[in-house]
Amino acid sequence: MLNLFINSVFIENMVFAYFFGMCSYIAVSKSVKTAIGLGAAVTFVQLMTVPLNYLLNQYVLAPNALAEGVDLSFLSFILFIAVIAAFVQLVEMVVEKFSPSLYNSLGIFLPLIAVNCAIMGGSLFMQQMVGTEINSFGDSVVYGLGSGVGWWLAIVMMAAIREKIEYSHVPAAMKGPGIAFIITGLMGMAFMIFSGIQL
Amino acid sequence: MKLSKNFTNPLAANNPVIVQILGICSALAVTVKLEPALVMGLSVTFVCAFSNLIMSLLRNGIPSRIRIIVQLVVIATLVIVVDQFLRAYMYDVSKQLSVYVGLIITNCIVMGRVEAFALANKPWDSFVDGVANGLGYAFILVLVAFFRELFGSGELFGITILGDWYTPNSLMLFPPMALIIIGCIIWIHRTLNKDLQEK
Repeated sequence: MLNLFINSVFIENMVFAYFFGMCSYIAVSKSVKTAIGLGAAVTFVQLMTVPLNYLLNQYVLAPNALAEGVDLSFLSFILFIAVIAAFVQLVEMVVEKFSPSLYNSLGIFLPLIAVNCAIMGGSLFMQQMVGTEINSFGDSVVYGLGSGVGWWLAIVMMAAIREKIEYSHVPAAMKGPGIAFIITGLMGMAFMIFSGIQL
Repeated sequence: MKLSKNFTNPLAANNPVIVQILGICSALAVTVKLEPALVMGLSVTFVCAFSNLIMSLLRNGIPSRIRIIVQLVVIATLVIVVDQFLRAYMYDVSKQLSVYVGLIITNCIVMGRVEAFALANKPWDSFVDGVANGLGYAFILVLVAFFRELFGSGELFGITILGDWYTPNSLMLFPPMALIIIGCIIWIHRTLNKDLQEK
C-alpha cells in the first residue's frame, strides 16, 4: 500500500506523467494561497470519488456483478461523471457555507472541478488497475489520496515558481502560459528521477 | 461571411488549445505517435460538433439551473458512442488511447463551446463552431505528434522517414517534451500575434 501511495504521488504524478487537470493547473497557479485551496478541494473530491466509483465498479458495472451474464461496463463513463458532478455540487455548498473567502477566491474553478480531468482520470485509471495494483477497497482509498496529493504538490510548486518569475525578464511572447508549459516540462523531467523506486 | 469567420477563427487566431489553454489534459498524452493523435482529434471534433448541435436544439427547453448536468449527459452519451465505435473498428488505436477517450467528457473545449456558444446560437452556427474548434484542437495535436514521432522514433505513421544514420532521441517520447513543444508553439504563435501577449 505504501508502494501504491508513493507511486501515485511521485512516479505516476497526475500532472507530470499524465497531464491531468492541466487547464485549472495553468489557470489557477498564479498565487500559492489559491493553489493550496484548489489543491485541497481536488484532493478531497478525489479521496471521496475514487473509492465510491470503486464500489460502483465492483458491485454494479463489472461483468456478472449485478446479475449473471450482465455486463454494464459500457455505462461507466456516464455513471462516474454523475457521481463526480453530484459530489462536487456538495463540496461547493459546504465551502460556500463555511469558508466564503475561499469560495470567492476559487471562483469559477470550484464547479469546474467536476470537469477536471484529474478526477475523472483518477476514477478511470482506478478501473483499469483493478486486479493488478488495486485489489481491495483500502487500495482504492490509498490511490485516491495519493493521486490527489500528487496533483496538490504539483500545483503548489508551480504557483511558488510563478510567483518568483514575476520578477524576472521573460520574453514578451512567453509570458503567462508559454513559460508555464516550459517550466512544467522541466519539472516533469526532474520528476522522472523517481521512476523505478520500489518500497 | 459570418459563418466562414466562425469557421476560420478557431483554427488559428483564436485556437482553443494554444490561445484559450483549454483541453490540454488529453491533448498531450496521445501525441507520442501521429495515428492516435489524428484519431483523438477527429473524435473530439465529432463530440464537439454534435454536442453543440444537440444542446443548441435543446437550448430553449432547459432551465439554466440544471444545464450543466444535461450537458454532461449529452456529452457522455456521445463519448460512449465514440468509444464503442473505436473498440469495434479500430481496436489497436483504442488500446493506445486507453482512458483518454473517456476523458473527452471532461475536455474543457467541449464543455466550454457548449456553454459559450451553443446555448446562445442557432443549431447550424453551433455545429460549424463545434467542427471548427474540434479541428483547431486536432491541428495542434497533429503538429505536436509530428515532431514527437519524427524525432522520437524517426517515423511518421509508422513508416521510417529518418534512416539508420539518425539515432532516435527517446526523450521526445517522454511526457515532459510534449509540454515543452506546446510551450514553443505558444511562443511562436504569440510572437506572430502581438495582441495576445500578456503585459
